[in-house]
Amino acid sequence: MSLPPPDSTFSRRTLVVLMEDKPGVLSHVSNLFRRRNYNIESLTVGHSETQDISRMTVVVHANDAMLEQVAKQLYKLINVTKVSEVNTDDAVMRELALIKVHAPSAQRAEIKQVVDIFRAQIIDVALDSMVIEITGDESKVESLISILKPFGIKELTRTGRVAMIRGSLTANGTRFGS
Amino acid sequence: MRLNGAQILWECLVREGVDTVFGITGGAVLPIYHELPNYPIRHITMRHEQACAHAADGYARATGKVGVCLATSGPGATNLVTGIATAMMDSSPMVAITGQVATNALGTDAFQEVDITGITMPITKHNYLITDVADLALAVREAFHIASTGHPGPVLIDIAKDAQTAEIEFEYPDYVSLPGYKPHTRGNPRQIKQAADMINTAQRPLIIAGRGVLVAGAQQELCELATKAHIPVSTTLLGKSAIPETHPLCLGMGGMHGEAFANYALQQCDLIFAVGMRFDDRYTSAAGTFAPNAKIVHVDIDPAEIAKRIRVDLPIVGDAKNVLRQLLPLVEERDLADWLGQIDSWRAETRDRDALWQETDEVLPQYVVFNIWEATRGEALMVSDVGQNQMWEAQYYRHVRPGGLISSGGLGTMGFALPAAIGAAAGRPDCQVWVVVGDGGFQMTLQELATVMQERLPIKIAILNNGFLGMVRQWQEMFFQKNYSGSPLLGPDFAKLAEAYGIAAATIESKEGVAAAVKAAYDSDGPMVIDFRIEREHNVFPIVPVGHPIDQMIRRPKQTQP
Repeated sequence: MSLPPPDSTFSRRTLVVLMEDKPGVLSHVSNLFRRRNYNIESLTVGHSETQDISRMTVVVHANDAMLEQVAKQLYKLINVTKVSEVNTDDAVMRELALIKVHAPSAQRAEIKQVVDIFRAQIIDVALDSMVIEITGDESKVESLISILKPFGIKELTRTGRVAMIRGSLTANGTRFGS
Repeated sequence: MRLNGAQILWECLVREGVDTVFGITGGAVLPIYHELPNYPIRHITMRHEQACAHAADGYARATGKVGVCLATSGPGATNLVTGIATAMMDSSPMVAITGQVATNALGTDAFQEVDITGITMPITKHNYLITDVADLALAVREAFHIASTGHPGPVLIDIAKDAQTAEIEFEYPDYVSLPGYKPHTRGNPRQIKQAADMINTAQRPLIIAGRGVLVAGAQQELCELATKAHIPVSTTLLGKSAIPETHPLCLGMGGMHGEAFANYALQQCDLIFAVGMRFDDRYTSAAGTFAPNAKIVHVDIDPAEIAKRIRVDLPIVGDAKNVLRQLLPLVEERDLADWLGQIDSWRAETRDRDALWQETDEVLPQYVVFNIWEATRGEALMVSDVGQNQMWEAQYYRHVRPGGLISSGGLGTMGFALPAAIGAAAGRPDCQVWVVVGDGGFQMTLQELATVMQERLPIKIAILNNGFLGMVRQWQEMFFQKNYSGSPLLGPDFAKLAEAYGIAAATIESKEGVAAAVKAAYDSDGPMVIDFRIEREHNVFPIVPVGHPIDQMIRRPKQTQP
């Protein structure tokens, strides 16, 4: 039984990582991903509910064996306190995007309509442009972007995925592999 | 007690039990060196910072304590890098201390400024940049804790110059609180029971012991397990001496240059009980072909090592000594005569091919190592370099003393041996320390002969001199149409060079001089360099070509019986 397992399929997997808020901890994590050749799709970091603990959401393109290694390697970092995987089925996942779109007066109404359909928001209007804010899962953000493209997207920024388990369970109360 | 940062550093080191520091001074550590004479710590001044790191590593491996090296900012710090990476790969506990430019100059490309915490991030277990003297004592305390526990490794502390001179009320922290760092040291009892069941029912079991057994001090437990259940033991290169190598159940090192019988046993066994090793590619060869008939139990203190390269049937996370102690009462006495008989017949056939029986007047490297083994009765502290010399040492020196071999296994750092031996000799004055090194590796760090002389360390240095980067030449011969590109070396007269340093020396050009030269070095109470002019194009056999299964090796040519 020494053969490596047949490669399970690669997919986008989401890890929530809790870590002490110490200088250099973010570069420790990003360095680890580069060094071990893991393929990150997005990485976001910010404060958590606990003071001095930061919370990171990482989306990696990985199969089961790789994801297990990612989690174990993250645990080896001294300031990482918790690693857990969250699944689409039992967690909410959101991303925020700001899109600056070309919007001369003739096209504003049409853009406004699209924005309403997506339940997005116009948060800034100038003579020939608008900034639109959208929150949702990646596919929703992507479809809005593709619909706005023909109008001319001047600038775009996306936060990457953040995730939270539904119900009373917390990321701090679960552990990778359980 | 109000102290400055430099004084606090030394106070902390003394409290951590540090008795020796390997270092080179410089601009950004002047305040630290200014305080050094006031503390009961031996400082060994090396000739290059790379050697400081290797010496601290050698000291750590020889004593089991944390090795400490000290260097200035910029080039002093970057010169440590190879030595830190070497210690990281081989799980050697080390604390590296570097000076840094003053906080107000940080990030301005100041003279001798380098981002050493950034550079060493992937090659340290953890590192610290200290810009506030208030953080120093806790960082030192944490560094020693992290370096020496769990999967040991190097930790670097970079101290800005102003933090070395700033004063504060000194208080040594009572404890460290690292919520993200809690190594598991005891094995899960359910998994241990399961492992015992697997061992008790296996027909062809095999133990693989790695350096983790030595780090945990579990040689006796390992030996008990092997003897009780009659299980043969193969080791990794760094696991050598985990069981006395004269023990009938010891198969010696397996892997790319392992003896054929050890590798046959690996491929034929039905159970592998691997402890304190990491299934490195030089041990397993192609992962998909390794031990096709075996279930694998893997014991390691580091969960990340489990199922990293090789699929494992039963993982046990824990310290080797604890796990073996938990396991021993559950393992039954067995009689595995068929399996052991099979291994013995492979072993006998291997012996017929032994290179020592070659009839030649040339100096064979195996013969040199064998003579050192005989003279020292397997009890020397051997420090080997990297390449052919390392493999000949591994094949022909049967270590009896636990922890008797120090070598750069994972990183394969040429030039490691001499400075590591300096650290080992400084830490273990009760042991005779031998260096086995090629002419290539020796020339990478031979400036440290000055340190040997200065510190009067009685290190015996056996240079296996073939005028080549020998292992590279061997690969070129076997796999690159004998195109010896970049591998020939024209070296100096090493004996004359040693004499210039005031170190006794000999040059040996024929077989009959070998034993006497080894004896002379063994008997002398000072250092000695012996330049063995070995057969130039001698190869290491067996060798498993890269990508082949571990039992498909190119073997030693069959000899006529003596």
